[in-house]
Amino acid sequence: MTTLLEMKSITKEFPGVKALDDVNLDLLEGEFHALVGENGAGKSTLMKVLSGVYPYGNYEGEIFVNGTEKRFANIREAENAGIAIIFQELSLVKELSVGENIFLGREPSSLGIINWTEIYQKSSDLLNELDLDINPRTEVGDLGIGQQQLVEIAKALSQDAKILVLDEPTAALTESEVETLFNILRDLKKRGVGMIYISHKLNEVFQMSDRITVLRDGQTVATESALTLDKDKVISLMVGREVGDIFPKVTHDFGEVAMEVRNLTAYEPDHPDKKLVDDVSFTVRSGEVLGVSGLMGAGRSEFLTVIFGAWKGKSSGEIFIGGKKVEIRSPHDAIKNGIGFVTEDRKRFGLILDQTIMDNSTLAGLKQISGSFITHRSRELVAAKDVMKSLRVKANSPMTITGTLSGGNQQKVVLGKWLLTSPKVLFLDEPTRGIDVGAKQEIYAEINELAEKGLAIVMVSSELPEVLGLSDRIMVLHEGRVAGKFVKEDATPEKVMAAATGHFEKNGGGDGQ
Amino acid sequence: MAENNNSSKWNLKTSSLRAFTMLGALVVIWVFFHWQTDSIFLTPRNLSNLMLQTSVTGIIAIGMLMVIVSGNIDLSVGSLLALAGGVAAIFLTKLGYGIVPSILAAISIGVIIGVFQGFLRAYGNIPAFIVTLGGLLAWRGAIKGISQSETVPIVDDAFKAIGQQYIAPTVGWGLAAIAILAVIYFAFRKAKAQKDYGVGEGNLGTELLGAIVPIAGIILFIFVMNSYAGIPIPVMIFLAIALLGFFITNNTTFGRYIYAIGGNSEAARLSGIDNKMVILKVFALLGGFTGIAALIYTARVAAATPDAGTLLELDAIAACVIGGTSLMGGRGTVLGACLGALIMASLDNGMSLLNLPDFMQELIKGSILVTAVGLDMIGRKT
Repeated sequence: MTTLLEMKSITKEFPGVKALDDVNLDLLEGEFHALVGENGAGKSTLMKVLSGVYPYGNYEGEIFVNGTEKRFANIREAENAGIAIIFQELSLVKELSVGENIFLGREPSSLGIINWTEIYQKSSDLLNELDLDINPRTEVGDLGIGQQQLVEIAKALSQDAKILVLDEPTAALTESEVETLFNILRDLKKRGVGMIYISHKLNEVFQMSDRITVLRDGQTVATESALTLDKDKVISLMVGREVGDIFPKVTHDFGEVAMEVRNLTAYEPDHPDKKLVDDVSFTVRSGEVLGVSGLMGAGRSEFLTVIFGAWKGKSSGEIFIGGKKVEIRSPHDAIKNGIGFVTEDRKRFGLILDQTIMDNSTLAGLKQISGSFITHRSRELVAAKDVMKSLRVKANSPMTITGTLSGGNQQKVVLGKWLLTSPKVLFLDEPTRGIDVGAKQEIYAEINELAEKGLAIVMVSSELPEVLGLSDRIMVLHEGRVAGKFVKEDATPEKVMAAATGHFEKNGGGDGQ
Repeated sequence: MAENNNSSKWNLKTSSLRAFTMLGALVVIWVFFHWQTDSIFLTPRNLSNLMLQTSVTGIIAIGMLMVIVSGNIDLSVGSLLALAGGVAAIFLTKLGYGIVPSILAAISIGVIIGVFQGFLRAYGNIPAFIVTLGGLLAWRGAIKGISQSETVPIVDDAFKAIGQQYIAPTVGWGLAAIAILAVIYFAFRKAKAQKDYGVGEGNLGTELLGAIVPIAGIILFIFVMNSYAGIPIPVMIFLAIALLGFFITNNTTFGRYIYAIGGNSEAARLSGIDNKMVILKVFALLGGFTGIAALIYTARVAAATPDAGTLLELDAIAACVIGGTSLMGGRGTVLGACLGALIMASLDNGMSLLNLPDFMQELIKGSILVTAVGLDMIGRKT
């Protein structure tokens, strides 16, 4: 097999930080090469060097593609050399059709007039080749997130990419979508495409990889054949220490019912007839972790948003906090009633990325922390420093801009923001999405600690091990309805998945109601 | 812990770097004009005049800054200024109300229209650009209708004083003394707070050292103003509003919410902020400031004309942008907007002294605006 790509002694410095320190990486024809490491280990930085986001001269070291040295001045030059990157955040234009997106910037045209027939013909061929049942004239925004990801791959292939980089491609996919994706990747492998695969999901990494490279603190710790490694070994290489059970076995002491929700129903804002949450009732006691599982579109995030008063569509239902009925019409009401909401997608909903850790962490509880009208900077600094210390946020100071932090640290800032509102009930929506094992473990420990302190926690997660490992009880949603409730002892991955896919009779027993 | 201190200092440096760059640009402009105008520009008389010219645009720029930081824009302030000034003049001259009702009328009209436009923006979900573009047309039409397109003269001396009188030099020094004491008090308080909460250096010496620059500035400013006729009343009002704006944006929850909404409105909403109410208040504040600016403007020219304040909205926006405000929202400072207004006024003043033809002045101002923002963008990338 020939070597497609060689990156030699890549070093990249940011002011005060060495993000990459003498990193080497090579990729063979038809190879599936996984790149793993904790957040901030330098994976994304390395890929940005490869793709020309950081142009030549901005880093030290050499890049060889098919044996010739390349000095990319921009992304386009890297693309022309056959390198395609599918970033974590999709880079499709939602308002344009699938075909338009695939050929964006390279529209077949003569004299500047676009040849639409060719666009749609070629896109259609391409999608067929990948066995994708997608109409190229569909607007991308109308597709599910999984299909969008596949369109992105089609786009990369239309550019004759020989080197394909996938950054956490399965973070938002359901299991069947993951399977489709992997089939496509296996097919590409046969065609000789080399793939660099960044993921935190080690199961997938071992399922697919030929070789695995582990980065830690900007350095290559190991590049080995996947056959000689196992999960525990990779994790210990990533974190530089042996990891115990990542879900500490703790038993929580439950207190009173902290929150009860009865008959919660919500409709989609744009389609007022479509129920997204359908007659959901549950209770959560203080000191208890209620895990919520379900497939994409089961209404998991939606029902939290509704309770929190942030839903833009119609909704109904009753909410009781500490036995008292409350009216929650806005997030402000929810916070006043002691609910905190660590939202999913921290960049869109959680953080103001160009503000500091201090500004972000005090935002929700600003009036309690700082003053009802006049703010006191020193009090905020103290609060922010406490958050950084207790949650182990790795940053130089509370004045560090949150946009420069790694995903795990950003997530800790969001969590800290809500802890500073002194909540009684805490909602966690995908609390560990896109963060590395080490940071995940810290967040799990923190969740347990908060439960011990008497917080009632409702945690939505698409990662089954997480739900099973942390929850005292599990509620499974399917198409907006409660499809099953389990206590920890009864819950197995099979039962939960069966309920999530709608193949399980509703089980009302054993949930302490 | 040494790391912490270093990085916070570094942050301080980058944020004040912009202010220093702007001050540098201002000095260059001033020296250039002084040289070109045969040493007329930097005389107390002209500087007093320059400050006067800055005050109307400056007051509006401070309100505009908050609107822009919240992720909005207001194009109607020029027309609103004409309307508020016109109504005040009609109250005073034609209807014979006293000076106090006339002043209240102008400010109230500003606030009411600000609330109205803010309401349409926040609760009606109409883009601010559209709402205030409508306002730009409508309020100009309204004043033309009310005044039948005629100029309303002002004869009341007390009213004219708002725009034309000066504060007696002794009073000026008194104010300077109060300001200096305030600066020292805040230095003490900051050092004490840092010590009490165990954050920062908490070193009184450092804080007092840092107070020297503003104190020197105050003394120099009063000295120059008094060398001519004292502080012009409009300048006094401008400074008061600048202080108020500085306080709101730096030391209040409301101010923080403005930046949060402009930075990420969804995150702000989910953090329990009432985005709509904050945006409404920001527009109301700008409306009120515009009412005050209208009084100064009308008093200065001793007449209300229906075409007063034409293109003023663009001057105010330009002042904010030159001062480093991002039109995308979330970023900008009151100090920057004030310096921006001063730079714009300096260009106007200097080029008039040089008797440059109108077309040249407009060409130059346009080029400088784009260049300033262009340089800023380049500076941000590195």
